[in-house]
Amino acid sequence: MPVILATDLIVYALALSAAWFAVKTRRDGNVRAAWLELRRRRLAMISLALIALYAAVALADSIRYRDAAQGGGYSAEALSLLDRAASGLRTRAEKTYSAPFSGRLFSKESVELPDGRVVRDYPALKYPGAHWLGTDKVGGDILFASLKGVRTGIVIGAGATIVVIPFAIFFGVVAGYFGGVIDDVVQYVYTTLASIPGVLLIVAFMLLFGGRGYQGGLISEKDVALAFFVPNDRLFWLCVILGITSWTDLCRLIRAETLKLRELEYVQSARTFGAGGLRIIYRHIVPNLMHLVLITFVIQFSGLVLAESVLSYIGIGVGPEMGSWGNMINTARLELSREPVVWWNLLAAFIFMFGLVLPANIFGDAVRDALDPRLRGR
Amino acid sequence: MSTPIVEIRDLKTYFRTPGGVAKAVDGVSFGIDAGSTFALVGESGCGKSVTALSIIQLIQGPAGYAAGGEVFVNGRGIMRLTEREKREMRGAVISMIFQEPMTSLNPVFTVGEQVAEGIRLHQKKTAVEARAIAMEMFGRVRLPDPASLYGEYPHRLSGGMRQRVMIAMALACKPGLLIADEPTTALDVTIQDEIIRLLNELKASTGAAILLITHNMALVYRNAERVGVMYAGKIVETARAGAVFSQPMHPYTVKLLRSIPGPEKRGLMLDTIAGSVPPATDYPAGCRFSGRCPREMEGCASMEPPLAERGTDHLVACHLHDPAFMASDRSGPLRPETDGLAPIQAARTERRTLLEVKGLKTWYPIRKGIFRRTAGHIKAVDGIDLTIKKGATLALVGESGCGKTTAGKTIIRLLRPTAGEILFDGGGVRDIAAMNEAGLRPLRSRMQMIFQDPYSSLNPRLTIRETVEEGLAVLRPGMGAAERLRKVTDTLERVGLGVETLSRYPHEFSGGQRQRIGIARALAVDPEFIVCDEAVSALDVSVQAQILNLLKAIQQETGIAYLFITHDLGVVEYIADDVAVMHGGRIVEAGTCEAIFSNPKDEYTRRLLAAVPRIDGRRLPARRLP
Repeated sequence: MPVILATDLIVYALALSAAWFAVKTRRDGNVRAAWLELRRRRLAMISLALIALYAAVALADSIRYRDAAQGGGYSAEALSLLDRAASGLRTRAEKTYSAPFSGRLFSKESVELPDGRVVRDYPALKYPGAHWLGTDKVGGDILFASLKGVRTGIVIGAGATIVVIPFAIFFGVVAGYFGGVIDDVVQYVYTTLASIPGVLLIVAFMLLFGGRGYQGGLISEKDVALAFFVPNDRLFWLCVILGITSWTDLCRLIRAETLKLRELEYVQSARTFGAGGLRIIYRHIVPNLMHLVLITFVIQFSGLVLAESVLSYIGIGVGPEMGSWGNMINTARLELSREPVVWWNLLAAFIFMFGLVLPANIFGDAVRDALDPRLRGR
Repeated sequence: MSTPIVEIRDLKTYFRTPGGVAKAVDGVSFGIDAGSTFALVGESGCGKSVTALSIIQLIQGPAGYAAGGEVFVNGRGIMRLTEREKREMRGAVISMIFQEPMTSLNPVFTVGEQVAEGIRLHQKKTAVEARAIAMEMFGRVRLPDPASLYGEYPHRLSGGMRQRVMIAMALACKPGLLIADEPTTALDVTIQDEIIRLLNELKASTGAAILLITHNMALVYRNAERVGVMYAGKIVETARAGAVFSQPMHPYTVKLLRSIPGPEKRGLMLDTIAGSVPPATDYPAGCRFSGRCPREMEGCASMEPPLAERGTDHLVACHLHDPAFMASDRSGPLRPETDGLAPIQAARTERRTLLEVKGLKTWYPIRKGIFRRTAGHIKAVDGIDLTIKKGATLALVGESGCGKTTAGKTIIRLLRPTAGEILFDGGGVRDIAAMNEAGLRPLRSRMQMIFQDPYSSLNPRLTIRETVEEGLAVLRPGMGAAERLRKVTDTLERVGLGVETLSRYPHEFSGGQRQRIGIARALAVDPEFIVCDEAVSALDVSVQAQILNLLKAIQQETGIAYLFITHDLGVVEYIADDVAVMHGGRIVEAGTCEAIFSNPKDEYTRRLLAAVPRIDGRRLPARRLP
């Protein structure tokens, strides 16, 4: 029986829009020229490959189903394709901490030797060589935990942005194109929102909405609607509030650009044909805003992935049962203060975050350059 | 006077581009005498501005680099100076004024400080001395009240005053060479004239040599001693200004001069140049004008002509004037000569009134305070009357800010008028001024507009087909797809573009082609009246000639009426049947083209006509080449 979380829809939407964009690249001359330009930049292509790898992991972690349980019904565990593919990593738990590539546990225990003597030593691992990035306090594989964090990172980074882009475009374009009272109202709303401290808003919102519903981990029957859909997902609410606190920048940009485009001669020309406001917005304004949207998307994406770890760190991010880099960093806080230091949890989270945010930034820069006709090598 | 104080020898500036090395300036040599003006003319993209920047050594690396040549000012070579010496040289030995006075002054410093800064840097003066010199310079460029102007910020000054400040700044350190790159292009005609005259006076009194870079041939005609005509990175002809205009020797110069519109060409097609300037990365092997030249010979495409003296003090790079070449077997003409300006039929004299404007006013409210009360009005158009006849052209002329564009936009109802009447169809449609968008719908296809800027007038995201189709899609929703496509193809053909353009995007076209697409977009809905808002002002002369020819031919064919909004009086004299002169939102004088130009009644009209540089048509080359 499949299980679809509210946030899975975001991942699916993302995958679909990537596919749509690929198709569009074949047809639209402008996008195509930009793509050919991108292809010439090796660093951008490497970044794109890395991003695609992350995306594949996230997608695999978003397709999940419950197995039939003995005695009817379904098990409470909804395993994703990723869980099933990496079941080796998932199930081979050790007793507690072990360092990367180590064959033994990190702390001494009383070990019974074959000859019956009992000594205090570092016991051998049950699965030596299986844990490339070490294990955590309860013996879970860090590599697996990091992989589980990929979906959370991408959903927050992309999801929050995708949730808000339609609103930002709609309000920005409407305010810029029609002006007058509409413009005043939209400006009033986003100025007010932007003047409330973001963290305060996020804390309040998560306390209101985030407490109930699916928190990660096992599926409880009361969360499920239509036998397979989990509408109330803490991670989803996190996306929503992060979106609400971050749409104002994009809206402001779009409004300003619309003000400029509105006066351009091709818009005037459309008006001499008696074209209505909607047609002009749809055909002449929005397509010429898309470069702004794309650039903002990439920049916000990096910011939000980092924001997730900060929010989990202060305890209002994703639930503790949902794997996330923020949660890993949060646990690392205590591990770093013990002696000897357990450093690999933090390092793994850092490497995985770095491996997503850096390519995203490089790729975003390259896309911006490729879309600028002056920089395009024609 | 006769020994040049500025000598440019074989200057080469190349740019590395993905498409290869672009030879923007490829071996340019000329000299300028003290106290005289050398004008570098040519169409855009031929290397004029790069020449200027190379001389003052402001070529942007790493793409651009000096590939050779030397510049001497007062006998001193300046190409191999250190970066520090170059900085000292700029402003003191060579200085430059730019096209756009709005952006060439720093808005956060007073104009006085900016002029004084250069003086302090280059002449090692104290702040007090520099201030005194700056004020003196303000006096010399005829800025009123230098003492109080010294403390003003740039935004408080008009464009003309700013350009004077720029000139004061450029001349303050007594440079040997002043480079003026399109110094008046961004200014109004009446101010243009003042600035040019000022430059002429100053060169006489300071002994500076001026390198004037412009695309405005008429400006050169009046204000330069020598002229160099540039084409594809090279000077193809250089001589005294008078000789270039009366006896041009290079076919390119001849073509260029003959494509300038003017009263003597009324009723004739303007001359145009086939093809377009070759890209700087890929010049033809021989003569760079080969392929476009009307008098090309068999050897031209393979052998490059040297710039040699072929007349008294008249250098030209063309095989036509090389006796040795002409005697050789390579001088056979490549194609039959198509010479002479083709006449076009005299304009139809159908004097039926098509559109009438009575007492039209467009006011913009000025709102103040938190309740946005209307505190006053900007009277952009303040009660104008116009009559446009069927199949005729009415030119609306005036300086920027006089309300001519607002008037045009109000007439085709892109703007809502404050008061007045617009009558169409000789009074058949009366209440256009008061109509709402729904009421205007049936009229939209009858009145269209062509815009100035060929770059911003086409949506970069729409194909040419989608662009031209737009009017049909909105106004003829019942039209079938096949019929619509046929209409689009027919219209494109009418403006001289083929079917292969349909699925291409605007950025693949040149400025002239884009303007044709803009015209096709308007023509597709079969209008009876088109407002041309500075429709040819942004184009190079040879392209401008093509578009003017096209507009005339279309008028012949279909009897469309034009409202031609422009500040270019040469164009007006060539194309207009009637003229209305606008000033401060009002029409100060209206009448037939001939009457206005030969016998202007209004004081402002006279001032406008006197200020605009024009070439005396009788001095231009005869029909046949020498």
